[in-house]
Amino acid sequence: MSSEKVKNVAKPVDLEILKRDLYGHINLSTSFKAWMGFLTLLLGGCLFAYFIQLKNGLIVTGLRDYVSWGMYLSNFVFFVASSLIGMLISAVLGLVGIKWITPIARIAEIIAVAFSAVAGLVIVSDMGRPDRLLNVFIHGRFQSPILWDVTVITTYMVISVLLLFIPLIPDLAIGKKLDNLPKWLKKVYSILALNFIDSPEQRKIIASSIRTLLILIVPVALSIHTVTSWLFAVNSRPGWDSTIFGPYFVSGAFVAGSACVIIAMYVFRNSYKLKDYLTDFHFNQMGKLLVLVALVYLYFNINEYLVPAYKMQKAEAHHLHELFAGRYAVMFWLTQLGGLILPILLLLLPKMRKPKPIFVIALAVLLGAWFKRFIIVVPTMEGPFLPIQHVPHNYMFYSPTLIETAVTIAPIVMVVMIVSVLAKFLPIIPVYETAHENGIVTK
Amino acid sequence: MAEDQNTTNSRRSFFEKLGLAGAGVVAGSLAMYEAYQYEQIKKTEGKKVKLLTADGRLVEIDEAHVQSHTEDTSNLQERGRVGMEGKRFVMVVDLAKCRNARKCVSSCQNAHELRPEQYHMNVLQMQESPNTAAYNMPKPCQHCDNPPCVSVCPVDATFKRQDGIVLIDNERCIGCRFCMAACPYNARIFHWQEPKNALGESKVDERKYDVELNVPQKKGTISKCLFSADRLREGKLPYCVEACPNGVYYFGDEVEDSVTNGTTKETVRLSKLLKDNSAFQLMPELGTKPRVYYLPAKNRLFPFEKTEDPIEKTNV
Repeated sequence: MSSEKVKNVAKPVDLEILKRDLYGHINLSTSFKAWMGFLTLLLGGCLFAYFIQLKNGLIVTGLRDYVSWGMYLSNFVFFVASSLIGMLISAVLGLVGIKWITPIARIAEIIAVAFSAVAGLVIVSDMGRPDRLLNVFIHGRFQSPILWDVTVITTYMVISVLLLFIPLIPDLAIGKKLDNLPKWLKKVYSILALNFIDSPEQRKIIASSIRTLLILIVPVALSIHTVTSWLFAVNSRPGWDSTIFGPYFVSGAFVAGSACVIIAMYVFRNSYKLKDYLTDFHFNQMGKLLVLVALVYLYFNINEYLVPAYKMQKAEAHHLHELFAGRYAVMFWLTQLGGLILPILLLLLPKMRKPKPIFVIALAVLLGAWFKRFIIVVPTMEGPFLPIQHVPHNYMFYSPTLIETAVTIAPIVMVVMIVSVLAKFLPIIPVYETAHENGIVTK
Repeated sequence: MAEDQNTTNSRRSFFEKLGLAGAGVVAGSLAMYEAYQYEQIKKTEGKKVKLLTADGRLVEIDEAHVQSHTEDTSNLQERGRVGMEGKRFVMVVDLAKCRNARKCVSSCQNAHELRPEQYHMNVLQMQESPNTAAYNMPKPCQHCDNPPCVSVCPVDATFKRQDGIVLIDNERCIGCRFCMAACPYNARIFHWQEPKNALGESKVDERKYDVELNVPQKKGTISKCLFSADRLREGKLPYCVEACPNGVYYFGDEVEDSVTNGTTKETVRLSKLLKDNSAFQLMPELGTKPRVYYLPAKNRLFPFEKTEDPIEKTNV
């Protein structure tokens, strides 16, 4: 596969065309300002909801003593999951020498950076005493999985930022000399380009540091989602008490992340006129990748639900009944059928792997992925070992409130903002690499 | 040179005199203070008070020698984390006697300043299977010897003491609620809003935080059953044990192998009580090693009554 000849660009190109096409979207357009303005307003509204939560306590959410983890926690799992795609595309596919990822790798890294940077804030929004956040460092005890999570997520974010930044250096060096870029941006480019002059030594340093990071990020990425799954699996509750939670979560993460990348590819291809760089071929390949990871995830789902359902142990039986035919049946079957099985079947058809249909399918998969986390977190908490008695009615069944929903949306808006800004001010198709693949001399 | 010597000498002698005068003043005031103290003692001499010393002896001393002393928070924290040396507290719940009077619940909620829907101790109505008898089951924290809640706490806010009690320090708790997720008994509660006795935004609760009572309670932190560690320090039985009108609870020390019934005040051998009555623990298969034992609900003196709590119709 590694020796396979891949044509990543749909038309003959030279350096000038590359410069024109790939830096073309970098300007402070009115539509971008309007988009960011809209996001800022939305974020402001959501942060106001968080302010209310800070003032009145978590009573403003639907969480109570039995369902004490809810939408915030499932949103956190979704964030960590989505960030894993950077590792899958750049490291796993990159290290085995797959060439078609060249124009997609940076999009995947931007998504990884955005989600991993904001994931920490999602957890803070769930804390009863965010003012005591520093206690985690002052009084931290390393036998708590939360400490492991803090450690690996921070490490993953740093490596992801480096994996975004280092391959970008040659592109910044090219960009700082372009006339049509804003002056302030060229200044930023020239500082960040670190005096890259495309000398053989510099190329060597960049290549070897990227390779080191790609190898490093594989175990770190596996760790972050495995540890995140252990936040649940270390508890003996029905639905969480599972030994396959690590790989189950990791495979699910690749499904969510692949869907994210496909959606981002579609948006950038259209709004930044990159049809010749993000071609039907790339969507086709991403479609196949999504089928592969979704099949692996389906396999783990069958294990996770079928094996306990065969035994029907007391506590598990109650939990599974709620999922299969009870209160969460609609959500459960929608995520399994609409978010997993149907997309797999559809994407087996080549015409469904064209940009537009695969974009729609990816949206369904991503939505399903979000609700799947909800399904993992909430029903388990509603079905504890001992009966729920002598408590108010809303302690027995969890339903998220409006304020809680707004606080959940806030980090999603932040991710969209980070992705928007990075994609706006950076060439999202790697210029230097594309040039070299096409035999263009950049020096 | 000679003149020089002279100046040095006179400076030295000045300091000598100053030092002497200073020492005199200090000695004088000390003497006066002692005299004052003596007069104070003389004033109240004759009144005797009985005190229990740290090593458990009852002594009678002059009241004048008693100084009032309040524990400060750090001191309370320190002894609260260490626990009581040589003790291993244990609770035995006789299910045959419980008729859901809920006095344990209310006295606990009073002592720990909890809202009506907040339980350190709850009485649950249980039925193992459709063909077996229903019964009432008081459910405090099980004070596990292998507590899952303590393992997962990221900041050491909840901890296990040498006397077997699991406590929560609400001055350190960050409110992540991992312990609630980890506890298979749902023994923990969270302050979703300002606690019952909160004074409002402008005022600060001046009371010193006692980790053995977990009062004052704090918004955004965990609370839980403490086996009434504050009462145990005074040599008393826990609030719930004392409040029970039906003789459900036995409480005592595993090291001494004795437990005392809270209602009848009868003290019995722990090991014999457990063996004679086929005692069991809640979900021992989870490996939590609870310090609460249950005696089966057999030979009951009253029929089981299914009750509906009006609180279940409300939303809080």
